[in-house]
Amino acid sequence: MLNWISQNFKTFLLVELVRGLSVTGRHLFKRKTTIQYPEEKTPKSPRFRGLHALRRYPNGEERCIACKLCEAVCPALAITIESEERNDGTRRTTRYDIDLFKCIYCGFCEEACPVDSIVETDIHEFHFENRGENVMTKEMLLAVGDQYEQQIADARRADSAFR
Amino acid sequence: MTFLQFSFYFFAAALIFAATMVVTIRNPVKAVLFLVLAFFSAAGVWITLEAEFLAVVMVLVYVGAVMVLFLFVVMMLDINLTRLKEGFGEYLPIGGIVAVLLVVEMAIILSSKVFGPASMPRPPGQPETYSNTAELGKILYTEYAYPFEIAAIILLVAIIAAISLTLRRRPETRYQKPASQVSVKSSDRIKIISMDAENPHADSQGESGK
Amino acid sequence: MSTLLSLWGQLPFAIQVAIESLVKIVAILVPLLLMVAYVTYAERKIIGYIQVRVGPNRVGPRGWLQPIADFLKLFFKEIVIPTNANRALFISAPVLSLIPALAAWAVIPFTETLVLANLDIGLLYILALTSMGVYGVIVAGWASNSKYAFLGAMRSAAQIVAYEIAMGFALVGLLMAAGSLNLVEIVKAQQGGLHQWYLWPMFPLFLVYFISGVAETNRAPFDVAEGESEIVAGFHVEYSGISFMVFFMAEYANMLLIATLAAIMFLGGWYAPFDIAPFNWIPPFFWLFGKVAVFMFVFLWLRATFPRYRYDQIMRLGWKVFIPVTLVWITVIGVFRFLTPWGFIFR
Repeated sequence: MLNWISQNFKTFLLVELVRGLSVTGRHLFKRKTTIQYPEEKTPKSPRFRGLHALRRYPNGEERCIACKLCEAVCPALAITIESEERNDGTRRTTRYDIDLFKCIYCGFCEEACPVDSIVETDIHEFHFENRGENVMTKEMLLAVGDQYEQQIADARRADSAFR
Repeated sequence: MTFLQFSFYFFAAALIFAATMVVTIRNPVKAVLFLVLAFFSAAGVWITLEAEFLAVVMVLVYVGAVMVLFLFVVMMLDINLTRLKEGFGEYLPIGGIVAVLLVVEMAIILSSKVFGPASMPRPPGQPETYSNTAELGKILYTEYAYPFEIAAIILLVAIIAAISLTLRRRPETRYQKPASQVSVKSSDRIKIISMDAENPHADSQGESGK
Repeated sequence: MSTLLSLWGQLPFAIQVAIESLVKIVAILVPLLLMVAYVTYAERKIIGYIQVRVGPNRVGPRGWLQPIADFLKLFFKEIVIPTNANRALFISAPVLSLIPALAAWAVIPFTETLVLANLDIGLLYILALTSMGVYGVIVAGWASNSKYAFLGAMRSAAQIVAYEIAMGFALVGLLMAAGSLNLVEIVKAQQGGLHQWYLWPMFPLFLVYFISGVAETNRAPFDVAEGESEIVAGFHVEYSGISFMVFFMAEYANMLLIATLAAIMFLGGWYAPFDIAPFNWIPPFFWLFGKVAVFMFVFLWLRATFPRYRYDQIMRLGWKVFIPVTLVWITVIGVFRFLTPWGFIFR
């Protein structure tokens, strides 16, 4: 009987609802976790997988030996490679295209590469303005690699202890 | 023309227009919407007659509730207009006779002396403190108390009848009872009992021994 | 100045009255629409804060110009009219929902004297007009020629009829205590401080009134007419641009109306909670404003807290809980007032 009374009392005074409101009410005054994106950024892991780049050796020679392991491992079939023998007898790519629309940024190409040539940088703020710009050619990839070499090397070094 | 006359003619014209559209327009939803307009204009006419309580109650009850239900039903109908028109010629003579009869009756009554403007002097204006609502309430609960209560009971009977017509108990269907779900406590569902510790190993041996 | 005054005197009386009322109407509607705009801002901010976000803060300092940006965006967007939609009704539906929401403000008293039309039947007038708002929703749903819009209209029609009755009954109890339908009189009956407010003796009716008000304005958790997760956006799926905006203006104006009415009828309107020194220095209008702000906050708080009711649960709550509760409480008020010596509680 007493139970019944207290039950009805709770129902009609909306006790459960007030409890719910108090939860949201407390959150109203909580510290906000929003990060104001363009001005503030979350820290990125050295393993971050963003825009691709082709690296060179310190002497300026491109690392890629056209083994096509990355092309084979790519689950999205985003990489297209054509190769030829260069004058000095080494095998080099004549074409190295990555379609960024197909790419799922899984990082398999980076892992498959025996010479650490194809890497994914931590650049994630890029866009295309015209059709066709989504295909990164060899020259573009090498240019990215040249520009961000320091950053790429630092990231590899930071992560090397865990590999 | 005073403002009062102007508003009377305005609302009256709107009322007649809307009422005509209700019976002539093809689309039933639009007909209902014109009926809403007709009720609204009628409420306007009543306000010019200083019956503001009735006018507002009419908007509240008819426009606010009854017509919403009308619209609710009419919107879900898919009325076939060609089939509606089929019987038109058949019923035209009877309908015409009824219409003519109505017009003649109205003409007789309205042209007679009894309902002329002369026989109906304008009622004296009420003082500013006069409350239509309070007066109506007083009359309803004193002079017309019995008819009022009887009307209320008839309405109550109608409500109960409508509910009992649609009410059917279906014990076989299972449905949620939110109140009882919410009020459940852990003690209603789980019973914690104290008992002696058992040796599962000894138990399984006994099983295999059989 | 004097020439202007003489010109004013030469105008016919009817036109003088018309101009005067027009000025008063503008004086009510412009602040109202500004408030509507900033309630949307407040809503986004408060709900953001409750969800541990910061809400809009890009347009203008701390996002203060966000409503204006929203307005401009919606204003310049194209109005798309669906094929086979009923063009005239499609366009008039948002107007049908906005006009009652604005017209109801005619009888709202902001202070004892600051009221456009001090009607004797003010409360009935407001009930009548708020019940008309549903036509906008129903007509929009039907004229859109879209099944989601139609479902939204059906839900809204049933819901509003149910809650209109509960709301009306809740107000009947109040009228029994106040003895008047005039809003100014109702507030005057609560003069004298906190303990005189109708909130205390009418507490169940207050709850029923406010929850019905939330349901009547189609706000969460009763927003089945919109129901984004079930029927996309309900009755206004097909609306875009300014016609979409008008629906929202109507919704927020209705929210403000319900909040203002709650403040007027249960929280003593423009009267200060204590009739002593520091409290009665604040002008009465600001007390009303503050009370309305509290209710508006509760509206937004409810939206941030509760999940949407299921349609049949809404019907159950309206018909099987609220109407019996109000009827019982009306009986309690009647019995106490006329048959027991404790009748003073309910006056």
